[in-house]
Amino acid sequence: MSALAYTIGDSATMLRRNLKHQLRYPSMTLMLVGMPIVFLLLFVYVFGGQLGAGLNGGHGGRGAYLTYVVPGILIVTVASAALGTAISVAMDMTGGIIDRFRTMAIARAAVLTGHVIGSLIQTLVGVAIVLGVALAVGFRPSAGPLAWLAAIGVLVLFAFALIWLSTALGLAAKSVETASNTPMFLTLLPFLSSGFVPTHTMPAGLRQFAEYQPFTPVTQTVRGLLTGTPPGTGTIVATLAWSTGIALASYLWAGRLYNHRRPADPK
Amino acid sequence: MSSCSPAAAIQASGVRKTYGDKVVLDDVDLTVTEGSIFALLGPNGAGKTTMVRILSTLIPADAGEISVAGHDVTADPGAVRAAIGVTGQFSAVDNLLTGEENLRLMADLRHLSRHTGRQRVAELLEQFDLTDAARKPLSTYSGGMRRRLDLAMTLVGNPRLIFLDEPTAGLDPRSRRTMWQIIRELAAGGVTILLTTQYLEEADQLADRIAVLDRGRIVASGTSAELKRRIPGGHVLLRFAAPDALDLAAHLLTEADTDEENLTLQVPGDGSLTSLRALLNRLDGAAIEVEQLSIHTPDLDDVFFAVTGQPTTGHPADEKVLQR
Repeated sequence: MSALAYTIGDSATMLRRNLKHQLRYPSMTLMLVGMPIVFLLLFVYVFGGQLGAGLNGGHGGRGAYLTYVVPGILIVTVASAALGTAISVAMDMTGGIIDRFRTMAIARAAVLTGHVIGSLIQTLVGVAIVLGVALAVGFRPSAGPLAWLAAIGVLVLFAFALIWLSTALGLAAKSVETASNTPMFLTLLPFLSSGFVPTHTMPAGLRQFAEYQPFTPVTQTVRGLLTGTPPGTGTIVATLAWSTGIALASYLWAGRLYNHRRPADPK
Repeated sequence: MSSCSPAAAIQASGVRKTYGDKVVLDDVDLTVTEGSIFALLGPNGAGKTTMVRILSTLIPADAGEISVAGHDVTADPGAVRAAIGVTGQFSAVDNLLTGEENLRLMADLRHLSRHTGRQRVAELLEQFDLTDAARKPLSTYSGGMRRRLDLAMTLVGNPRLIFLDEPTAGLDPRSRRTMWQIIRELAAGGVTILLTTQYLEEADQLADRIAVLDRGRIVASGTSAELKRRIPGGHVLLRFAAPDALDLAAHLLTEADTDEENLTLQVPGDGSLTSLRALLNRLDGAAIEVEQLSIHTPDLDDVFFAVTGQPTTGHPADEKVLQR
């Protein structure tokens, strides 16, 4: 077998291992998917009437707010699922099994690739569940099949970026507890973006932050695609640039951390 | 093999490793012959685990020439990894999988075919007495079972050279005996084994050769018998029925120490058959009746004490090792 075949084979083995973990211990997946669902219901049914009143030139309502907030909730789902990556990576790195892997003739990339693809699948399952709930409570996007495909593509790309970032954070953490805390800011950032309320309603300093941080263009692009109002070129460029930039930088950082990692509890 | 001396499975010279300004390994030389059991004996903090991590490609040495299974660890770590199996000090099992799944994972990573993999896994479950627990989650496993699974995972690819870092640490006496039996069986099958231990008895029981590691230096090495012979303390103890027999013997064996209260005579010697025969011949020649004879060979506790000296304050682990 060639080196590439080994890399693919070993990565597939590691992916199977991670999917088995997810299936055997579904509580983690449920927790990660549960949070955005709670936010969706909370924001639509508790705050939605009031928040929706400000939309569509003051003629919106709960329905308008549902349409507005679902893309934001989908982004929260992606960010939430990435939390799980940091935890599962850190669990591996602080346990003894990683040292076993590193003394075996396994393709170097396999361990992290297995985690990243496993998390990506977990994220997609999460997005499907959240979208299902959104549709059940009345979300009726006007997007055609192509726009849907594009929206899912954007979500996958952004998920890929956040998962690599979370992988690096999991590698950098000294303990599983730390790893479950450091990526928390990822679930906070959607609130400081156009995810829940339009940025123009925010005070000056916050508004500038919200407009220039990566979650806003990504949310705007998904929202535009799903509601049939094509996003501007600038927004699309910002979405792609942020996603690929975060993915690339995090990938390099994670690779560095993984290769220079000292064994657990050196003496 | 063309050479008449057995090949070296591990050949290391001048190995150094420092963490900051702490010297963990200081110019360590080590040769492990193919098919033998080699024990690295030393207290906590002596550098045993660091040495195993370097030999098994987990961490690089700062200096030194190291060849493992015929490959240079720096130039060709991949070839070394393909040839070795490592069971570290910390449990290296996947706690979220069952015992069987853990072994299957190893079979996949060793690139065994589906059929060979299944066969090998079943074989190992049987050999390590884990068949009944194969489909149970690891949370139900005892310490001894986990350790056996850990070793079984190391053996999935049939490595010819294995590293065992403190294989019996924390095991109850019964599980320890089981582990010893497994290690002996592996060696009988021609597998080369390098193990570390802080139990002197364990090195004595298992190893063909022992190296005593203390504060990053090898302070003594050889077979268990060689090490024992190297230090003073070996003697033959003769007990007599009456004081006059003791007196006669004391006059004959001037090199011996007399203990008049217990009617015993302590004759220095290594306890070998030749020296014992010579001693008995001398006593016979003088027609001296000996009531009882016992041979005292120094054990590895004595060796360790003799070669490493008194435990120091900065070295608390010594005490535990020396008292056993």
